[in-house]
Amino acid sequence: MPKFSKAQQPFVFYTRLHLQQLTGLKARDLKTLLKGINKVSGSVIYHHTHRFLQQHQFLSPEPPNDFAYWVTEVLGEHKLGEELASIDTIQFPTIRALREKLSQTIQGHIRYMEESGLGQFRVSSEEEQFHFVKTISFVFPTPYVARNLLEFAKILKKITINSIYFHVFEAKLRLEKGVNDFSYWIDTSCARPDLAQELARLDPYTHTLEGLRKKIIELIEQRIKEIKG
Amino acid sequence: MRLADYEPVVGRSVIEELRALGQRLKGKVVRNINSTAVGGGVAEILNRMIPLLNELGLRARWDVIKAGEKFFSVTKKFHNMLHGKKERLSQEEIDLFLSTSEENVKKMNLRGDIVFVHDPQPIVLIKKKKLIKKAKWIWRCHIDISRPQPQVWDFLKPYVEEYDASVFSSPSFAQELKIGQFLIPPSIDPLSDKNKELPQPTIDEALRKFNISRKKPVIVQISRFDYLKDPLGVIDVYRLVKKYVDCQLVLAGSTAADDPESNEVLAKVQEKAKGDKDIHVLSVPAASDIEINALQRAASVVLQKSIREGFALTVTEALWKGCPVVASAVGGIPLQIRHKFSGLLSRTTEGTAFWVKQLLNSPEYARELGAAGREHIKQNFLLTRHLRDYLLLFLALYHGEDIVNI
Repeated sequence: MPKFSKAQQPFVFYTRLHLQQLTGLKARDLKTLLKGINKVSGSVIYHHTHRFLQQHQFLSPEPPNDFAYWVTEVLGEHKLGEELASIDTIQFPTIRALREKLSQTIQGHIRYMEESGLGQFRVSSEEEQFHFVKTISFVFPTPYVARNLLEFAKILKKITINSIYFHVFEAKLRLEKGVNDFSYWIDTSCARPDLAQELARLDPYTHTLEGLRKKIIELIEQRIKEIKG
Repeated sequence: MRLADYEPVVGRSVIEELRALGQRLKGKVVRNINSTAVGGGVAEILNRMIPLLNELGLRARWDVIKAGEKFFSVTKKFHNMLHGKKERLSQEEIDLFLSTSEENVKKMNLRGDIVFVHDPQPIVLIKKKKLIKKAKWIWRCHIDISRPQPQVWDFLKPYVEEYDASVFSSPSFAQELKIGQFLIPPSIDPLSDKNKELPQPTIDEALRKFNISRKKPVIVQISRFDYLKDPLGVIDVYRLVKKYVDCQLVLAGSTAADDPESNEVLAKVQEKAKGDKDIHVLSVPAASDIEINALQRAASVVLQKSIREGFALTVTEALWKGCPVVASAVGGIPLQIRHKFSGLLSRTTEGTAFWVKQLLNSPEYARELGAAGREHIKQNFLLTRHLRDYLLLFLALYHGEDIVNI
């Protein structure tokens, strides 16, 4: 088999752009936050668990989700904040499952506070209340198409960061594909299951987006070097 | 400016994405309507946005409603009341607003695919919706309406709900509305005279022109003379700081055509500053962008001690220039400043003075805050991001789903 044979299917790089829509729903304490989390659409849960990644691309580490940040910084519930921040988003195959985990975590804390008589639930000021916002995603193809692993690595270096975001985060969780698009293509079209698994094992939530790009390229180039011998 | 001019600032991929979106909206006539062609943030953004929308293949137009000083006195009152100030609209004022609006409804050509109405002054134009079939109407609110006076909001809300969509600058401005509410923060143009890089001689020349010394630190607030920007409170802050640090204060801004109150505020500021040679009250013409840019770049600390704000583009401008900023935690300011990371947030005169002193006495900390602030603006609040959001908004008008394949 030639070392960099043509992939069975070419990889078409898509990208996505986001628009934020306000829902008008607000929360001022844990109970209204929980109520909101249980009620809002999946696009709202997605927004609040992924916004930081996009708006603070240059920062690391950052609070990984808005719920954790608000509970900690505004309500001063540090224990619950830490529990919410440490929810391992990558483990959840769907937004539904992620919502369930967020909901259970908050419910558990409320129950704990009520049963142990730990005191009053804190209420935020009007200025600092939590606003539920929804993400609308617009998905479209870029002109970039890779026909083998070499081309793929080359394109990764110049493609918009939004494309990498789409194929890694959005495809897996929001489009419920179960695995990121890069791993899927490398496994099924390039017949490189080891590399595919290596990429799938990465926890993208612990990198800045540019850091993630660098890491993916590094892994692929390393493998290319090994193949070339 | 052309789109390619922005590439060195934001990168090639951002420009490519804009062109891809533009292709999908090619030929659409987008008619922007507001109340003034000069002065204020809205006119500034439209001036930049219109040529870029046209370059992307849309047919963007910009029209201004025709109205007299009395109309603008009423809409200034709307503005204050939407910001929460306790005032009452008389029936006479409402009638004047409606009759001027009706004249504009009759006279203005609003034909297009998308009619984009900015702020309350032209809001009544929605009455023309039935006559322009298939057009989509958007109401863009640039004002902080998180706690509006009920009288003015109850009056405006039925008009707002006739639109197809509304746009707000901050989540806290969201209202209970029957129509979709989109979140689009405004932006600054990094290549405009107000924001572009300036050579040191230009900055020095501006300081000479306004008689500002380079020997003492300079606290700067740039904003039009408006009670809601609290220029009198800024002088109080300066006096608290001055006890410990020998500094200067620059209060600079223009007066806008749609704000008759600004001359009164300017007079009060001049009165309060009287006798202190280190306070520079500069009422500059609207076209003083290079001077404003130079003043921000010369600032040791930039203040924005507003009582209420829309988004506060002056904060965006200062952060983009890497200035350390102390600003009130109101309106869109907390979206731009994360306390102690990209600037400092304050809520009182004493607190503001405390942070200003800290920054003047710790220049290294001030520099770090300034650098982080600039990066945050680069990622989120430049014109190209704003342009992208508008294109997405236009596309959203034709789609109802949360994941849109275009």
